Amino acid sequence: MSDTLKNQGPVTQPPASAYFIAPDTQIIVQHTLSIIVDNEAGALARVIGLFSGRGYNIESLTVSETEHEKHWSRITIISKGTPKVLEQIKRQLERMVPVHRVVDLTLLARDKGHDKPMERELALVKVAGKGEHRVEAMRLADAFRAQVIDASVDHFTFEITGRTSKVEQFISIMAPLGLVEVCRTGIAALSRGPEGM
Amino acid sequence: MTQTQTLERPSGAPDANAGIEMTGAEMVIHALRDNGVTDLFGYPGGAVLPIYDELHQQEDIRHILVRHEQGAGHAAEGYARSTGKAGVVLVTSGPGATNMVTPLQDALMDSVPLVCLTGQVPTPLIGSDAFQECDTVGITRPCTKHNWLVSDVNDLALILHEAFHVATAGRPGPVVVDIPKDVQFATGTYYPPSMLDKKTYEPRVKGDPDQIRLAVAAMMRAKKPILYTGGGVINSGPEATRLLRELVELTGFPITSTLMGLGCYPASGDKWLGMLGMHGTYEANMTMHDCDVMVCIGARFDDRITGRLDAFSPGSTKIHVDVDPSSIGKVVHADVPIIGDVGLVLEDMVRMWREMSSGAQLPDLSDWWSQIDTWRGRNSLAYTPNDDVIMPQYAIERLHALSKDRETYITTEVGQHQMWAAQFYGFDEPNRWMTSGGLGTMGYGLPAALGVQIAHPDALVVDIAGDASIQMCIQEMSCAVQHNAPIKIMILNNEYMGMVRQWQQLLHGNRLSHSYTEAMPDFVKLAEAYGAKGIRCTKPDQLDDAIREMIETPGPVIFDCCVVALANCFPMIPSGKAHNEMLLPDEATDEAVGSAIDEEGKRLV
Repeated sequence: MSDTLKNQGPVTQPPASAYFIAPDTQIIVQHTLSIIVDNEAGALARVIGLFSGRGYNIESLTVSETEHEKHWSRITIISKGTPKVLEQIKRQLERMVPVHRVVDLTLLARDKGHDKPMERELALVKVAGKGEHRVEAMRLADAFRAQVIDASVDHFTFEITGRTSKVEQFISIMAPLGLVEVCRTGIAALSRGPEGM
Repeated sequence: MTQTQTLERPSGAPDANAGIEMTGAEMVIHALRDNGVTDLFGYPGGAVLPIYDELHQQEDIRHILVRHEQGAGHAAEGYARSTGKAGVVLVTSGPGATNMVTPLQDALMDSVPLVCLTGQVPTPLIGSDAFQECDTVGITRPCTKHNWLVSDVNDLALILHEAFHVATAGRPGPVVVDIPKDVQFATGTYYPPSMLDKKTYEPRVKGDPDQIRLAVAAMMRAKKPILYTGGGVINSGPEATRLLRELVELTGFPITSTLMGLGCYPASGDKWLGMLGMHGTYEANMTMHDCDVMVCIGARFDDRITGRLDAFSPGSTKIHVDVDPSSIGKVVHADVPIIGDVGLVLEDMVRMWREMSSGAQLPDLSDWWSQIDTWRGRNSLAYTPNDDVIMPQYAIERLHALSKDRETYITTEVGQHQMWAAQFYGFDEPNRWMTSGGLGTMGYGLPAALGVQIAHPDALVVDIAGDASIQMCIQEMSCAVQHNAPIKIMILNNEYMGMVRQWQQLLHGNRLSHSYTEAMPDFVKLAEAYGAKGIRCTKPDQLDDAIREMIETPGPVIFDCCVVALANCFPMIPSGKAHNEMLLPDEATDEAVGSAIDEEGKRLV
C-alpha cells in the first residue's frame, strides 16, 4: 500500500536530465490526518488516487460514514513524509471538491501540548491449537483484555482493541501458539479534549 | 461508500420555481443555455445520440463538429483561454471519452475551465463490458478537478450547474459529467442554476489583508525587486491585468512572466524583461537570481522556471500570491504566502502601496535598473541573420511585425517553434496567446486555433507550428474548412523534431535517434486536399510577401515556412544549472553545447 518517497541524500552532481531532482534532507515523520468527505461514489477512490498519484505514503487507512444525515464519512489516514510533504498532502486534500475538512491530528495534538492524538485499533486474531498452547493463548488473552468472540475445541478467535503497539505485541505473542490469521481495522483517531475537529 | 451519487434536491420550493418536466437530453440543452453556452465542440456517437437529437432541434447553441475528440478538447481550451469563459465539449462513451484524456490533463495543468459531457452506456449495463463502455469517471478522476456520474435524471440539472461552477471557480480546471444513455432518455424535473445551493466548493478568493500589508512593506524596502507573474493573472480576468500594470507603474519594479502569463504586461513596456525560465532571457533570469524581493503572482515555480532549485534566487524574500493553497510552498518556500484571487489581491496591494508609500522614503532603484540594463546589453536573444535560408527567429519577428496592428491571436504546438514564438512574438494583451505549457501537448495548436477562431470570427488567428507537431492533429483542417474558420497555420518546417534533437545534441552525444522525419508530406498539397490554401516559402526575401498572403487570404491557410534545419533554441539553462549559468546563443558553439552537461552528469540521467 505504501509508495515510498525516500530521502534522496545529498547529491553532489545534479543529474543531467530534463529534470533537476533536488536532494531532500528533511527528516521523515509520521502524522495522522482526519478527513471529512461527502459519502458519495468515488470519494474514497479520489483520496486514495491522490496518494498514489502524487507518491505519498499510506501507512494505515480507515473509513466509514460517521454522520448519516449529512452523508459524511470520516477517513483517517496515517502517512509518512517530510513535514513539507505532509503539509502538501493536507493542501491537496483540501482542494478536492467532496472534501469538507482536513485536520492534521498530530499537529493539533502538539499544539495542545499532547504527545499525539488518541489512536486505537481493533484486530480479530484466530488461534488454533490444543493442550498447553490453547491454555496459554487463553491466559495471555486475559492479560491483554482480549475478548473471545468465537471458539471451538480446536480454536479461539480473539477481539483485541488498543494502541497499535499493544495489538502488534499480542499478535507476535500468539504467533508460536498457533496463529492462523489476523484482520486489523487500521487506526481510528480523535484529538484529546472537549472540542471536535 | 454508497454506490449512487445524489445531490440534495431543493425541497419545499414553491410550484412556480419547482422546475419543469423534461428528458435528460433536453435538460442538457437547457443547462448549457442557462450557463451562457453559445458554442459547443463535439463528436456524436451511440451513447450521446439523444443529446444530439435535441441539439438538432434548437438554434441557440452552435455545435462545432471536430474530426477527433482530442481536437474538440483543445478547441474548447483555445475557446476558453481566449474568452475567459468555460469551454464545452460533448463526446460519446468509450473511445470518445478516452480520446478526451489528453486535453483534460492539458487543461488541468494549465488551469483552463473546461466542461466535458460524456455519454455512457445505459445504467443497467455499466460494469458489463458493454459496447463502447469504459470507466469514464475512473479514467478521468486524476485528470479533472472533479467529475460526476449521473445516475438519476433528477440530479442531472444541478450536477451540470455545479460542473460549471467548479470548472470556473477558484483555480479553473476541467470537469467531466458522465451521462448514461438511459438518463438522457428518462424524464425528470429541471432545476435552474439559481437553485444550486449546495456549493461545497467555495475556494477562498480574498487575500488576508495582514499578509498583503506584510508583502507591501517588504516591497517598499526592496532595493532589487522583481515581479514574477504567470497564467494566474490572465485567468483572473482583465481587471487583474489592468491592476498589475498599475502596480508596475506605481512601483517601478521590473517584471518578467512565465510562458503562460505572456501578455499580462505588454512586451513593448519599458519594465518588461522578457520571459523567464529554461529558454527565458538572460536579463529575466539574472534578475530573478540576484533579486532581494520576489513577488510571484499567479505562477507556480514550475521546474522549467526554477532550474536548479537549491540555487534558485538564493537571497530573496519570496511573496507568493495564488488562489490555490496547494501551489504555495509546494516547490519553493514562500516567506509571505497570500491565498487569494490575483485580481482581488492586486486591488488591495495597489491600494496599500498608495497608502503606505505616500510620504515614505523608498529605496532608489536606479542602480538595480542599470544592472538590469547591463544584462539586457548581453542581447541574449541574438541570432545570426542569414540571406539564403529563413531563420526561424526571423520568421516569428516578421509575423509579429506584419500582424501586430490587427487583433491577432497566436496558438502554438510544442517544441522549438513554441519557444521562439514566446521569445520573439511580443504580446501586448492578455488572452492572445494559447499554448500548452504544463503538459506540453504536441497537436494542441491547430485545434486551439480553431476554438479561438470560433470565439473571435473576425480576428486573425495564427497557429505557429512545427512540422512534427502539426501532424498530430492535422485532421482538424477539415473542421476549419467546414466551419469557415479562417485559421492560419504557419509551420516552421525544419524537418526535425527540433527540441528532441536539441536535447539529443546536449545529452546524447549528437545521436539523433528518430528525431528526423524522413517522409514529410507536401504541406501545400495537403492544404489543397483539405480545401484550404497552401503557401510555401524558402527564401528570406520572399518571406514578407508570403506572410502577407497568408494573412490576407480569407479562408484557412497552411503556410509551409521552410526554415534553417539545424537552428537551436537559445538562450537556455542547461539542466541541473542555476539561473545565472545560462548558455547564451553566441557561446553556444557545437563544442559548448556538447560539454554543457558534463560526463558525470550524463551518467546520472
